[in-house]
Amino acid sequence: MPADTYLVVVASRFALVVLLISILLALVRLIKGPDAADRIVALDLISMLIVAFLATESVYAGETSFLDVAIAYALIAFLGTAALARFLIRSPQRKPGNINKIEDKTAKNE
Amino acid sequence: MNDILTALFLVLGSLFCFVAALGMLRLPDTVIRMHAATKAGTLGAGLILIAEAFFYAELGITLRALAAISFLLLTAPVAAHLIGRAAYYSGIRLWHKTWIDQLKDRFEAGDLPEETDP
Repeated sequence: MPADTYLVVVASRFALVVLLISILLALVRLIKGPDAADRIVALDLISMLIVAFLATESVYAGETSFLDVAIAYALIAFLGTAALARFLIRSPQRKPGNINKIEDKTAKNE
Repeated sequence: MNDILTALFLVLGSLFCFVAALGMLRLPDTVIRMHAATKAGTLGAGLILIAEAFFYAELGITLRALAAISFLLLTAPVAAHLIGRAAYYSGIRLWHKTWIDQLKDRFEAGDLPEETDP
């Protein structure tokens, strides 16, 4: 059954628009983010927002299979986040030796 | 009654998601931004899934929504922990007003976890 009550139709349209704007805001951080860690956090947020979007779309269109899509997407998003964090911790690290170099760069930026 | 609850939870959940995205854009530091990002996964998606359970009011849909919520509640802290650890060791710049960094002493003493060796 699709959303037939006026209240639910308006609320789900509102939620869809707000979620789209949120995804766009997170996309700005994904493009801007100074470090790789910022981009991974933004990607994690975008996948959570897509899960919420799919659940809202399931109410708006009256299609229950979107809920299964949302569950499967949440599973895959967790695996992707874990893999990206693993990739980040394996990439070149800051070491106790060059920590001062990194902090000097910070001091210059401020 | 179910329609009112559905609309209420949909609007609340989407507003929480919007606040999380706004925090992702505006907050100054990776670790502080993660604080905002975790709210979208648990509160935002959780409230919208509850709204869906109220809208359909069937046993199967409610159980699936509860399973999705519990899965999100289980994985969000694990994912946040993984990202935060990787971010700290990959050398993110902390906000200049940060005044507690309890890992710094261990880090400078060379007490690193094994995986951080490239």
